[in-house]
Amino acid sequence: MEDLFKSYEGKIPDSLLEKVKEHLPPKIDRKKAEEILERVYQEFTNACVDPGESVGLIAAESIGEQGTQMTLNTFHYAGVAEMNVTVGLPRLIEILDGRKNISTPMMEIYLAAPYNKGKDIKQIALSIKENKLKDIASEFSINVAELIVEVALDEQKVNAIGIDMAKVKKAVEKALKDFNIKTKDNIISIRSSKDDGLNELYKLKEKIKEIHISGIKDVYQVLPVRRGDEFIIITAGSNLKAAFDNEYVDPIRTTTNNVCEVSDVLGIEAARQSIINEVFKVIENQGLNIDKRHMMIVADMMCNSGSIKGVTRYGVVSQKASVLAKASFETPIKHIISAALVGEEDKLNSVVENVMLNQAVPVGTGLPGLITKIKK
Amino acid sequence: MPDDAQTQYVYKKVKSLVFGVLSPKTVKKMASAKVVTPELYDKEGYPVDGGLMDTRLGVIDPGLKCRTCGSKLKECVGHFGYIELARPVIHVKYVNLIQVLLKASCRECGKVLLPKAKKEKYLVDIEKIKKEKSYDKMRAFVKSVVLKEMLDQTKCPHCKSRQHKIAIEKPTTYLENEKRLSPIEIRTRLEKIGDDDLPLFGMDAQFVRPEWLVLTVLPIPPVTMRPSITLESGERSEDDLTHKLGDIVRINQRLFENINAGAPEIIIEDLWDLLQYHVTTFFDNDIAQLPPARHRSGQPLKTITERIKSKEGRIRHNLAGKRTNFSSRTVISPDPMIGLNEVGVPKIVAMKLTVPEMVTEWNKEHLKKFVERGPKSYPGANYVIRPDGKKKRVTDEMKEQILEEIQPGYTVERHLMDGDIAIFNRQPSLHKMSMMCHEIRVLPAKTFRLNPAVCAPYNADFDGDEMNLHIPQTEEARAEAEVLMKVQTQLISSGFGLSVIGCIQDGISGNYILTKHLNLPRDTAISILMAVGVQDLSGLPKGDAIPGKEVFSTLLPADFDFAGRDKSRQDVVVKKGKLLSGIMDTANLGKGSGIMLREIHKKYGPEFTADFIAKAMKLGIYVIMYNGFSTSIEDTDLPPEARKKINEILDESYKKVDVLIDMFHKKDLETFPGKTMAETLELKILEALNKARNMTGDIVDQYSTKETGTIIMSRSGSRGKPLNLAQMAGCVGQQAMRGGRISSGYKNRTMSCFKQGDLTPAAHGFIRNSFKQGLTPSEFFFMGMTGRDSLMDTALRTPKSGYLYRRLANALQDLKVEYDNTVRDASKKIVQFKYGEDGMDVSKSEKGTINVKRIIAEIAGK
Repeated sequence: MEDLFKSYEGKIPDSLLEKVKEHLPPKIDRKKAEEILERVYQEFTNACVDPGESVGLIAAESIGEQGTQMTLNTFHYAGVAEMNVTVGLPRLIEILDGRKNISTPMMEIYLAAPYNKGKDIKQIALSIKENKLKDIASEFSINVAELIVEVALDEQKVNAIGIDMAKVKKAVEKALKDFNIKTKDNIISIRSSKDDGLNELYKLKEKIKEIHISGIKDVYQVLPVRRGDEFIIITAGSNLKAAFDNEYVDPIRTTTNNVCEVSDVLGIEAARQSIINEVFKVIENQGLNIDKRHMMIVADMMCNSGSIKGVTRYGVVSQKASVLAKASFETPIKHIISAALVGEEDKLNSVVENVMLNQAVPVGTGLPGLITKIKK
Repeated sequence: MPDDAQTQYVYKKVKSLVFGVLSPKTVKKMASAKVVTPELYDKEGYPVDGGLMDTRLGVIDPGLKCRTCGSKLKECVGHFGYIELARPVIHVKYVNLIQVLLKASCRECGKVLLPKAKKEKYLVDIEKIKKEKSYDKMRAFVKSVVLKEMLDQTKCPHCKSRQHKIAIEKPTTYLENEKRLSPIEIRTRLEKIGDDDLPLFGMDAQFVRPEWLVLTVLPIPPVTMRPSITLESGERSEDDLTHKLGDIVRINQRLFENINAGAPEIIIEDLWDLLQYHVTTFFDNDIAQLPPARHRSGQPLKTITERIKSKEGRIRHNLAGKRTNFSSRTVISPDPMIGLNEVGVPKIVAMKLTVPEMVTEWNKEHLKKFVERGPKSYPGANYVIRPDGKKKRVTDEMKEQILEEIQPGYTVERHLMDGDIAIFNRQPSLHKMSMMCHEIRVLPAKTFRLNPAVCAPYNADFDGDEMNLHIPQTEEARAEAEVLMKVQTQLISSGFGLSVIGCIQDGISGNYILTKHLNLPRDTAISILMAVGVQDLSGLPKGDAIPGKEVFSTLLPADFDFAGRDKSRQDVVVKKGKLLSGIMDTANLGKGSGIMLREIHKKYGPEFTADFIAKAMKLGIYVIMYNGFSTSIEDTDLPPEARKKINEILDESYKKVDVLIDMFHKKDLETFPGKTMAETLELKILEALNKARNMTGDIVDQYSTKETGTIIMSRSGSRGKPLNLAQMAGCVGQQAMRGGRISSGYKNRTMSCFKQGDLTPAAHGFIRNSFKQGLTPSEFFFMGMTGRDSLMDTALRTPKSGYLYRRLANALQDLKVEYDNTVRDASKKIVQFKYGEDGMDVSKSEKGTINVKRIIAEIAGK
């Protein structure tokens, strides 16, 4: 039986082959199995795309048409205890724009084997959350006479996140250079080594509030959730790179919803998959139905240059070779003028230029030509 | 005729377009007249020689002849002219480039401010990038690498002279060390820049010289692109461009005169600035620092830039969008008795729109009959086209003559007839299914008729919608429309691989009633089936009362097997073309889900499926006609005990909420992680109330045992969801805004009839009553709030999603599958090695894949 499947490898896509294997009744004779595979192969060949099919436009249509049916409501609580996420059309726009800073970054942190069973899950979650100096301090004050900023730490809070005074001091020292830092009991006093005025001191006071003490930077909220038979941590705020450094974290399954971050940390291939997944999530969440192939083509177009390009005039559209195609989208004058300076040539290879010139477009039935001898 | 055919079909094809900058020399060379006077017409109203409307620039008056090409109005495309500018002026669109050129070249020797070795290296680099034919990369390289080093140099590496700062005073003045540089000086400096250095600025000496960016001559666009309109009063109203050009010529002449008369420098400079202003606004009248040039009425002039850009501009409005003849538009109305792929066309329309038919030996007599009937009686003909392309109108007087003239090679434009091909469309055309090919059915009355089952892909309804009809005029167009765009071929969506067309509304309700419990008397069943169009009644069982399932089964092919589920998850079994168990509802007949439809499509093809849908629709409608179907207020009546139960549930949840509120005030509430106590309270209240509403829905469902019209509609899925039923009978529920309860309004309360700080359900938009019971004033108002909110949502969403769509379409429009199965863009860059990773076409798949389970069941079960 194995060799039978082997002979169909490459003829039928692996995903279909897997499905046949899965659904094939266990006691089936070889002849019938072959018949089944042959039939699958046949139906598959019948279902292949025709050359010239304008697949890009169909993808755009499918996504664009469904987009009109989405809600504009930005926020949505998926469950009572879930987190606040951007959904619907705004999220779709955000993904396709390829924005660097998205409005609600989120991570789904999967935990490595011993930690994912739920023991101490709260502790682990809290250790991931970022703590800033202001989170563990009870008071910030300025000693005007000595030009010192004093921070009184709340011991309870310090202990709650599992660190001690020395570590806090270290963190503060790391963040501030050229400062004299002293600790006494639970007070940290910071004095500038330069001769700064009072104004500088006030600025310093605001600055030190944001000093990173522990946890993963930018993660400002954590939520342990049960998924299947294990616990995962959902975070608001995202920092994949720092999360991977953590020993609890299973780096293989942990993801973020920030596509650009995925691209930076895991590379462009991962980003492509991430775009597909994120778009799919939006579509699914809205109760709509779009085939994955369409999302793939959008994602491939966005990632094709090696870095993420948004579907905007600065991104994907700017990479077109044709002047007229770019001009027909946005800022036509700019494109025409810069084309004039180098004597740019438009080869009229794509669709709009030919529409402009009333010529057959080179897709679909416009693609093939017919050559025939005319009898004289 | 054979000779004509040959000459007629020699196509000229534009292979490529090259963009470039006009040199003063070319401007003069391509000009056919020099414009010297701002006057337009003489006393007789005849265009002045050397004026802006000179007949050498083209003609826009009937009767006049173009003095350049000798042709008349509409034949002459127009010719450019030019004016010699008294003093050079800056071209606004190149202001920034000129600054870069000035900054990066030596003010003394004109060489680029780069050491020789480096310059050579960059030139090689740029040449290399250019070879890849990537202008964008080249521009980026120039901007980020080369220019960075050349700008802000203080000393020329070649002649060692000192360089000064050059600033722009917007829009068109340059300052060198606070001293103004005149365009003449600028031009002389730009002239000094060598051809070899130009690539460093991202320019190409073959197409531009830097000094061309400072204008010395100005091309005058042909009259034909700025035609004047004659008003009823006989007065002429000139185009905006002509006005602007008039200004330019006038000031230019004044400047000439003043220079020749040796006027003081101040006057000349003022005029010069004015000339600069006019030329600038001629190119672009929307520059931030300049007051726009206006009409006397105060309305800004539309000059060249405004003509090109934006949605109403030349590019998007006239070039990328075209207009068409042979089309028509009117209101649509439903007609379930015509086929899915038919469109009912009013007779008036059918007599206006025509199909060209070539006369041959064999159809000569046939076509002559059309001409004989003329344009006024149907089916007639409106025009006859002679082989030389002359079009002749068929009139009562001309008829005889034309009839005698007609011979093979002529073309007759005859009226539309049944079976002709048309393309039917409804805006917004978001889909390829928004434009489908239908067969024409000429019908009385004045609306387009379409089968209600095809409303779904068009997203049409009949509340006044209008649709467009196009008649393809060539054999190729008709063939393509028929093969690729027919309704049958569009049954399966290319978006998700399922049926987009299915039975709707009565079509579903009727089949639901029929297959659920109805028994039809034999004669009724037969007359219904005959009306539906089923001819083969041999499948009907004997006996006087025929079960509904048997009636439905006559539509199914005799060898059709199917096992699935209906909407209520009950098994549907079809064996050998007989519906054995299960009910026909949306799950199997409707669009989107329509699993049975999908299987029929796979097995018997699109033609059969389209026919099946149409027949099933008709069957449902006839059953409803026979059986009667109506809804009334009673439909949602609940027995008193149900009402009681609902009230109990609601009371209980109100109490629960009270407890929560109490806990909140006492600060006993356990907060959710990362939420404040108030937020937690809101979430908990929302949860409790939603649960209560769902429970009332369940009760409504439990007690609605009687199959009334409303309930049939909701059960069969033909209209309305269970939620709508629950809202009518049980309880409307929480009105949500922005994912929470309504909280805005007055200070600490939503309405003045509530106490401040009141947190109870009623005070925050929970509607306890059902629609049938009626809403209290405050409930009604809350409902109005969410209603308005969702109205706004739709209004704001449409343009947003429209823009997203436009961007997507623009980015992806030239991706296509090549013959080697890769997906590539216009410049043949590979985007995907195999479309969708497996090369499957969604519209030929079953929800994106091949239904392996079905195949196994079919073969293994044999």
